[in-house]
Amino acid sequence: MTLLEFKDLHVTYRGSRGRLPAVRGVDLRVDAGETLGIAGESGCGKSTLAMAVLRLLPKSAEVSGEILLDGEDLLKMGWGRLRAVRWTGASIVFQGAMHSLNAVQRIGRQIAEPILVHEAKTTPAAAAKRAEALLERVGLPPSRARSFPHELSGGQRQRVMIAMALACDPDLIIADEATTALDVMVQAQVLRLISDLVTERGVGLVMISHDLSVLSAVCDRAAVMYAGRIVEEGPAHEVFAHARHPYSAALGAAFPVIGDPAARMNPGGLAGDPPDPARLPQGCSFRPRCAVAVERCGAESPELLEVGSARVSACFVAQEGMPVVL
Amino acid sequence: MTERSLPADGASLEAPSAGRGRVSSGFGRYLFKHVSGAAVSLLLVLFSSFFIFRLIAGDPIDQLTKERPVSAEQRAAMRAELGLDRPLWQQFWDYIAGTLTMDLGESFQYRRPIFDLIVERLPATLLLSGTGMVLAVLLGFWIGTRSGWKQGSRFDKGHVATGLVLYSAPTFWLGMIVILIFARYLGLFPVNGMRSPSTPPDFWSQAVDIGHHLVLPVLTYTAVVYAGYLMIMRSSILDELGSDYLTTARAKGLRDDEVRQRHAVPNALLPTVTLVFLALGSVVNGSIVTETVFSWPGLGTLFVNSIFYPDRPVLQALFVLFSSSTILAVLCAEILYWFIDPRIRRS
Ligand SMILES: Nc1ncnc2c1ncn2[C@@H]1O[C@H](COP(=O)(O)OP(=O)(O)OP(=O)(O)O)[C@@H](O)[C@H]1O
Ligand SMILES: [Mg+2]
Repeated sequence: MTLLEFKDLHVTYRGSRGRLPAVRGVDLRVDAGETLGIAGESGCGKSTLAMAVLRLLPKSAEVSGEILLDGEDLLKMGWGRLRAVRWTGASIVFQGAMHSLNAVQRIGRQIAEPILVHEAKTTPAAAAKRAEALLERVGLPPSRARSFPHELSGGQRQRVMIAMALACDPDLIIADEATTALDVMVQAQVLRLISDLVTERGVGLVMISHDLSVLSAVCDRAAVMYAGRIVEEGPAHEVFAHARHPYSAALGAAFPVIGDPAARMNPGGLAGDPPDPARLPQGCSFRPRCAVAVERCGAESPELLEVGSARVSACFVAQEGMPVVL
Repeated sequence: MTERSLPADGASLEAPSAGRGRVSSGFGRYLFKHVSGAAVSLLLVLFSSFFIFRLIAGDPIDQLTKERPVSAEQRAAMRAELGLDRPLWQQFWDYIAGTLTMDLGESFQYRRPIFDLIVERLPATLLLSGTGMVLAVLLGFWIGTRSGWKQGSRFDKGHVATGLVLYSAPTFWLGMIVILIFARYLGLFPVNGMRSPSTPPDFWSQAVDIGHHLVLPVLTYTAVVYAGYLMIMRSSILDELGSDYLTTARAKGLRDDEVRQRHAVPNALLPTVTLVFLALGSVVNGSIVTETVFSWPGLGTLFVNSIFYPDRPVLQALFVLFSSSTILAVLCAEILYWFIDPRIRRS
């Protein structure tokens, strides 16, 4: 059952320096109980995509296309309906937990707040109880409910954000770099917690990260984003082990395999600068950094087309069945 | 604005150490630091007031005699009577000891203890500028919050423009206009002093009469100062506008006004606490011009009269009073921060 679906989503920021297309025609779907990973380098539009779901983008952002949550178009909802859907239909674990929490409010109150907003019958005492239970779920002592955000470590705050995202039992959770700031041990713990939730409650999960090892460990499917577009999508381990787009291949190569001295001495990386979304090249936006580009890449922009079972790629070379790495 | 400094975010990243004991000793240190700072400031005020007014006010005997012909013996007698014949260090010592024991000396002008003069006039001042200040802070913060939240709206533009016009208008000029409109043309309110002599002496008649006299001075005073609080609160709200925690609050499904009141306002109020206390501290001297325009029998008119006389001991005492009330108010603000800003306890 399709839980979330983006249909030709465009987001353009209007700014003093002109128009900046951050998301340029994204089609994606997530089923209930499924985990979708989104990878891509900094600035490619991952957070913009996440924020668009609950219509949290600033006023300067123009959004077009459709975002269907349970079949209902979020972009066409009235304010009242939108507020009801926020946090109950979908919740977000925001990137940067330090600033996403209110510094002068105790965390117990911040976790209980959405419960009180959405469930009119719940008393403040009952909501506080549930906030404590949520803290326990993410491995924090319930007494932490009385702490202020600055009294917690970065990892603890991140777990508070996860507890908060669970507060109203949403159908969909979007985790934007939820584990990036954590050390490896805590990261593993948080990842286990998140995947348990998916299997236990059948929620849909969108996991945004630039860390491919995290995504391939947790996700069923993965999508790779480049300059505001999805360039490849497919089963997570397939995408990273056998990339069908030169950008995914480069992303995978940028993470050296532990214990492999050859990878250590010769870290894969990507030549050239990240794309400037305000001045994208004609044709394929990855072409200036691409080692396998052909003549056609400079003229036409490739569409996402099937390149294997349940896999799509926006690369002319891959679509012809040729290897994308030299 | 003050020496208060918020700890940078990075400074408070590590997990807290448990234990209430450390917290209370932390408060002890914090309190000591700020109380001793305030004490040093008070001493400086005390020292400087003694010398400043001796330098700028000239020879009091000349002023007291006002160019009437007086003999040298008479002058010497006056000098002895006022204690001006004694060495400077002794006068200084008397002044310090006197101030600390609330014996502020005698006014040249009224020939009465200054302490009595101040006690007599303080209630009138507190009534006028206290009322005006509370109204100005409430009004300024209320409008400032909404202005900043809807930056660039017609509400915002209209209120900022109005506020700045009133803010930049000279108080005496505004007072004159208020008098013209509400007293001359409309005849609604009295403009002179604090009570009418004809009012019956019972409590309620007196209270109503004072309230009636209070309206125009308070109106003038509030109109002049509220824009300051409006602009401060507005910019404090603007600082919060793009914050991530507000996005979180919106994502949770809160209404716009709930996001503003529950999340933005408490954060925006924090940096204004010092300012509010500064305002409270300046209540004793905050309305000098307004008092003069409306002949309000408070400390402000006393101050102006003493400048024209010039009544050096009174000026000296008022200077100490005005400065120390500001210093004490700021001290209160610092102490309050310990309780309302959870981040300070970590530094
Ligand atoms: N409020 C905004 N106004 C204007 N431009 C913006 C705004 N927010 C993001 N952008 C731009 O949109 C593009 C996409 O930003 P986004 O935050 O979605 O990237 P991201 O993929 O989440 O990156 P990261 O991995 O660093 O979090 C960037 O070029 C960024 O500069
Ligand atoms: Mg991001």
